[in-house]
Amino acid sequence: MDMHEIEIQVNGRPMRTTVEVDETLVDVLRHKLGVVEVKNGCGQGDCGACTVLLDGEAVNSCLTLAVQADGRSVITTKGLGSAEDPHPIQTAFINHGAVQCGFCSSGMVLSAASFLNQTTTPTREEIREAISGNLCRCTGYTKIVDAIEEAARHMAQAEERSA
Amino acid sequence: MMSDETPDYKVIGRAVPRHDARDKVFGTTRYADDFVMPGTLHAKVLRSRYAAAKIVSVDTSRAAAMPGVHAVLTAADVPKNETTSKFGQTHSAGGGFEGLYRVLADKKVRYMGEAVALVAAETPAQAEEAARAVEVVYDPQPGVFDPVEALKPGAYLVGEEDSNVVCAYKVRKGDADAGFAHADVIVEREYRVPFGDHVYLEPESGTAWIDEDGVLTIRASTQVIEHFRDIADIMDLPHNRVRVIAPMLGGGFGGKEDITVEAYLALLAYRTKRPVRLTYTREESILAHSKRHPYVMRYKTGATRDGKLVAMEADIVSDAGGYPFLSPWVLLYSVVMATGPYIIPNVRVDAASALTNNTFTSAYRGFGAPQVCFAYESQMDALAEKLGLSPLEFRERNYLHTGDELGTGYALESAVLTDETARRAWEALGEPTQPRSPDEVIGRGIASGMQSYGRLVYLHDSSRAFVGFELDGTVVVRSGVQDIGGGQASSIAQISAEVLGVPMDDVTVYFGDTALTPLAGTTTATRMLYMSGNATLKAARAVREAIVAKASEMLEVDSDQIDLADRMVVVAGDVGKTLPIVDVVRACASQGIPISNLAQFNAPSRDLEESDYVVGQIHPDYTFGTHAAEVAVDTRTGKVTVLKLVASFDVGQAINKLSAQGQLEGGTVCGVGYALLEDVKMDKGRTVTCALDTYLVPTAADMPDVEAIMLESRGGKGPFGAKGIGEPSSTSGAPAVTNAINDAIGIRLTELPFTPERILTALKERERSAAPARDRVTETA
Repeated sequence: MDMHEIEIQVNGRPMRTTVEVDETLVDVLRHKLGVVEVKNGCGQGDCGACTVLLDGEAVNSCLTLAVQADGRSVITTKGLGSAEDPHPIQTAFINHGAVQCGFCSSGMVLSAASFLNQTTTPTREEIREAISGNLCRCTGYTKIVDAIEEAARHMAQAEERSA
Repeated sequence: MMSDETPDYKVIGRAVPRHDARDKVFGTTRYADDFVMPGTLHAKVLRSRYAAAKIVSVDTSRAAAMPGVHAVLTAADVPKNETTSKFGQTHSAGGGFEGLYRVLADKKVRYMGEAVALVAAETPAQAEEAARAVEVVYDPQPGVFDPVEALKPGAYLVGEEDSNVVCAYKVRKGDADAGFAHADVIVEREYRVPFGDHVYLEPESGTAWIDEDGVLTIRASTQVIEHFRDIADIMDLPHNRVRVIAPMLGGGFGGKEDITVEAYLALLAYRTKRPVRLTYTREESILAHSKRHPYVMRYKTGATRDGKLVAMEADIVSDAGGYPFLSPWVLLYSVVMATGPYIIPNVRVDAASALTNNTFTSAYRGFGAPQVCFAYESQMDALAEKLGLSPLEFRERNYLHTGDELGTGYALESAVLTDETARRAWEALGEPTQPRSPDEVIGRGIASGMQSYGRLVYLHDSSRAFVGFELDGTVVVRSGVQDIGGGQASSIAQISAEVLGVPMDDVTVYFGDTALTPLAGTTTATRMLYMSGNATLKAARAVREAIVAKASEMLEVDSDQIDLADRMVVVAGDVGKTLPIVDVVRACASQGIPISNLAQFNAPSRDLEESDYVVGQIHPDYTFGTHAAEVAVDTRTGKVTVLKLVASFDVGQAINKLSAQGQLEGGTVCGVGYALLEDVKMDKGRTVTCALDTYLVPTAADMPDVEAIMLESRGGKGPFGAKGIGEPSSTSGAPAVTNAINDAIGIRLTELPFTPERILTALKERERSAAPARDRVTETA
């Protein structure tokens, strides 16, 4: 067994653990670090439920080895915002009814966050493309696209105000 | 039926964000796999590598001796291994009607992936290794993989009985032969639909343990906590010594209606006296859980020149897979709804379900309705074309209305607005889209559907809810609903808030625990709002009555002058006379007047006749609606792009508009998946599409926006006149898309899904034949 000690900044908090080289980030987050808001829907990179931001970029944590995250930052939906201080994407998901069973939601909002970091005025088609790696079986996607579109507007307005 | 006045609701009927949405998006919701208990063991299921084989021997000795292994169990260790799952009902419907299966394979394996042995070990890796070390000697058998073949004399016998027939039903109305004699046009075709996988994002998962009082407790992702009875029977334990808890589910769609991990966990926890955990991989989920039934359907439908349906015949064969499970019920739904939302005076339906060595089939959103809807709605378009009528016009001449009889002779009692849903759906398609290239053709289609809500009347279904005030004026609801993502818990919070005059945020719902919440039945069959909504309404109204009576005494006004709103008691016509509800609650409590109520709602019920003929009322009620679609087909590649989707339904009364729209939109997209993509391929019982890169479901990039149109007849049997919408929203989605494709290419395909390969093959066949397309359609019809 080839064990490695790693340190990951999870939502800004440094966390240390020992992992085997072939352990995936999703398993280490969920089972070793108790970061259970990250979901495992397929383990094969097909569904996107396990999406996290790794140094700001959306990745499937089931396709990422835990050792690859050593010394890097992981943001989950809990790090994106909270009930007290919600991210505009989270607020829009709630208000638009973009959440049903919720199992895809944590990954979906992070894909949206990564996308809206690069694009301020996306079209609906661009939004659909950006979240096409995140499966949702409940909503039919319309309300998710509505929510991301509105979040983009809010974020652009906030940017203008702060500029 | 349609209510003229618009009631002045304060909380229901609006688009309000759900409580659970916040927790889910902030990552604080705990699903079944998110709980950790100290000392937990990990389970692994050993599954059959054969679809059909005799089990010669199973030797667990080597596995049991491996490091970290605490238990290795086989069929011999299961107190009652052969079981008929009651699916949460309290009433035994009797006959061969209940879902027989084995917990662990015995004597024979009947499908590939059937559970043969269970292991519990310290780590997942040890459990997996031990499962591999269980020595099973199989004697492979030829098996049978086609339901039509399975019904023939001399077919391989899947089980130990002398026939593969699971069940057979007949529906008769009028005289079909006489009806066809009057028909001016007749269309006769055979339709086929494939296996489907639910693809809930959360795979099957659970943990079991023996609690501090010795009660076997299972927390699992299930649509049916009342499987605790079945689990107790399997374990040979009293029913009151097994508890099942369902946290929020990551989707169900019928796939978590049967027991999944619960019995395995119960057996292992009981043996080891340690908590045991099991979560399926996606591969294991697709391999081993129930599938939607493939059907072969031969339909013959006749109409007169003036566009009136006169006769319909359907012969239906369904593939039950290795065990009956819910196949008899699903097929019963199909035969009742085989005529669709149409008046047909002469009907003959014959249907049978056959055991095969394919993966077992059971509940899937729509429960036997989507299969027949694809067939009857394809028939309707073919007939309309022959008659020279538009698809809408032809349907409008034949829609059922309140008081009309189904094929079984049951006369519809509630509102039926199918005509209006269809007109609105068609209008919503707007101006036709222009092709983007010379190779592209555009087509439009509609499909109407009917779907029951509430369970079979034979099951004597009931639901319970407790509603009560706390002394600070907040409200608690306790009801054993399973929340599978449709807002089931949130909707009963909303109903309580409406009746008790408090904001929704003042209501907490405790749900999904057989020990702590009054039993509410299953979250299946589009029944939760209908059943638990009515139970909650009944309980909340009883509490309201007590509060109003006390307030009337305190304010010295007639009780019929009093209303409850925004936490206040208000008096009609006297703005000055008011009182906080909490004061009344405290007054009641201090004087011993109950401020809570436990209510039960019973659905209409009757007993099952021991007959092959299906007659009379089978379901409490039906929901009606129409889907419309516009598609573009690339004639070079066969690729279909769905350009527009409309779901137009009479929802009775939307309790939460956001949730109801969400159901319509999501159900529609599931229907599109059925039409274009979804196909669990099996090769002699071996599933070859065991991952989400081979079993494809719609992504955001594949789908256009869904326009949801909600009509509110307030003529349903649910709370405030609501109808169920969870399953109906999916049923007619597929044929709307396939009818649009047929319209685009001028060829009628008859097998789902309509893949690019199938479309291209049809286009090439037409090219080869000299006859123009429309004539060929007439010939094959």
